[in-house]
Amino acid sequence: MKRFWNVALTILLFCSSILAWELIVRAFEIPTFIFPAPSKVAMALWRGFASGLYQKHLYYTLLETVLGFLLGSALGFFLGTAVALNRYVEYFFYPYIVMFQSLPKVALAPLIVVWFGLGLKSQVINTALVAFFPLLVNTMVGLKSADEDRMNLMRSLAASENQIFWMLRLPNALPFVMAGLDVAMIFALIGAIVAEFVGARAGLGMLIQSMNFNMDVSGQFSVLLILSIVGLLLNRCILLIRRRVLFWDPSEKERLERERIVL
Amino acid sequence: MEVIAVKELSKLYSSRDGSVHALQEINFKVSEGEFIAVVGPSGCGKSTLLKILAGILPPSNGEVRLRGTPITGPRRDIGVVFQSPVLFPWRSVLDNVLLPVDVQRLGRDGHLKVAMDLLNLVGLDGFERRYPWELSGGMQQRVAITRALIHDPAMLLMDEPFGALDAMTREQMNLELQRIWLERRKTVIFITHSIPEAVFLADRVLVMTPRPGCIMDDVQVKIPRPRALEAMNFPEFAPYVHSIRGRFNAKGMIDA
Ligand SMILES: Nc1ncnc2c1ncn2[C@@H]1O[C@H](COP(=O)(O)OP(=O)(O)O)[C@@H](O)[C@H]1O
Ligand SMILES: [Mg+2]
Repeated sequence: MKRFWNVALTILLFCSSILAWELIVRAFEIPTFIFPAPSKVAMALWRGFASGLYQKHLYYTLLETVLGFLLGSALGFFLGTAVALNRYVEYFFYPYIVMFQSLPKVALAPLIVVWFGLGLKSQVINTALVAFFPLLVNTMVGLKSADEDRMNLMRSLAASENQIFWMLRLPNALPFVMAGLDVAMIFALIGAIVAEFVGARAGLGMLIQSMNFNMDVSGQFSVLLILSIVGLLLNRCILLIRRRVLFWDPSEKERLERERIVL
Repeated sequence: MEVIAVKELSKLYSSRDGSVHALQEINFKVSEGEFIAVVGPSGCGKSTLLKILAGILPPSNGEVRLRGTPITGPRRDIGVVFQSPVLFPWRSVLDNVLLPVDVQRLGRDGHLKVAMDLLNLVGLDGFERRYPWELSGGMQQRVAITRALIHDPAMLLMDEPFGALDAMTREQMNLELQRIWLERRKTVIFITHSIPEAVFLADRVLVMTPRPGCIMDDVQVKIPRPRALEAMNFPEFAPYVHSIRGRFNAKGMIDA
């Protein structure tokens, strides 16, 4: 019952703020190219989808994001594993990792366009680059964080290094890896949009930029709306995977509790 | 027949800021099926001794022989129980118990019934599908004991296994351990800093000095088994505790 009222109140609050927005824009006669009323945004949204324009660009951005995310996090995971398991790899690679880590990866986007052109390849690489580091660092830390007592237990059973990796280090690293995936997903979307800003033939980021040239602010608002929903849904996907994989992690349960309060 | 022979065993930890002499010339023998308790003040090298016996720490000097062959690395016929349960949270109770079977590739099929019987023995039947976070501290430690027994090791090494439990649970666990031991007759080396616990459980109590730890006394406990908790109040119980405590006090230590 309490939940019902909370939901009702949330909806009411949302509707009234939209209404207030509409009324304020009309009352002060704010021009649409500065700040559009919600009705104009809704119209732009409808027009965009009705003409099939938004679907096309949404598909393209999603493709970049997901491909870049998968590529970047897979590479990050494997290199992180190599660094954590092999002292030589760590010794030779770690300085570069530290150097690149402090570099804002999106600053490389113009160069990548020069090297790989305006096509999908270029945006996927840029996205992968951004998604790569959270996974690399988290995998590294996670694999090295196995508790000494647990290591001793495995050793006392005469476990091989291989078994210690599969039975202890890897599962132990999973909370870190999942946290890395969480961040990488958010970063991937940012990477994709920035790559499109810098130069692309399609995508929601490119669409925002061309709308900006045409002073189509309502259009931009509608695309922003789509982007925030896409971001939310991608994040939910990771969350669902996370809950399945980390059902045993006590800190995951605390998170769930907190989220239950929020929702 | 003797299972373990420890000869002139010493351990020196060296690190950047100096070295720690943890163990000095330890000598003792353990017979088949004997229950040995090791007592000593905190930091005297009890855990170090256990790690060397388990083969996960090399000695600096001397040697340990298990059935005549020197221990040079981890062995498959030893079960270890640590102070904390050290369960893997991503494994269910049953999977935790079967960890040694997985590691040593003994075949799960053949050990499933053994695992269930052992869980029954420690009073955890019906909990095999649960996860560690669903169990109390005492129950987790029972899982750890079950895990140490699953591959039927010749020897059980226990490092203050009940140290983290409350007094009541601890007494219960002492009773259970005695029951399991009477049923299985493993050779047990049980480390503790509680003198009454050592006397209650053991056939022999090895008393260690402060660091560098060496064995200053070897006390035979001749109280008949099975010992009930009330045995702690029997007239024959107190003298053992008293004399062991006396050894510590004579050395100028606060009693453990
Ligand atoms: N890995 C290590 N490196 C250096 N010193 C250690 C190490 N492990 C234990 N020690 C030292 O050796 C001594 C004995 O430790 P330990 O065997 O854990 O004692 P106990 O289990 O009896 O409390 C302590 O002084 C401890 O600080
Ligand atoms: Mg200790």
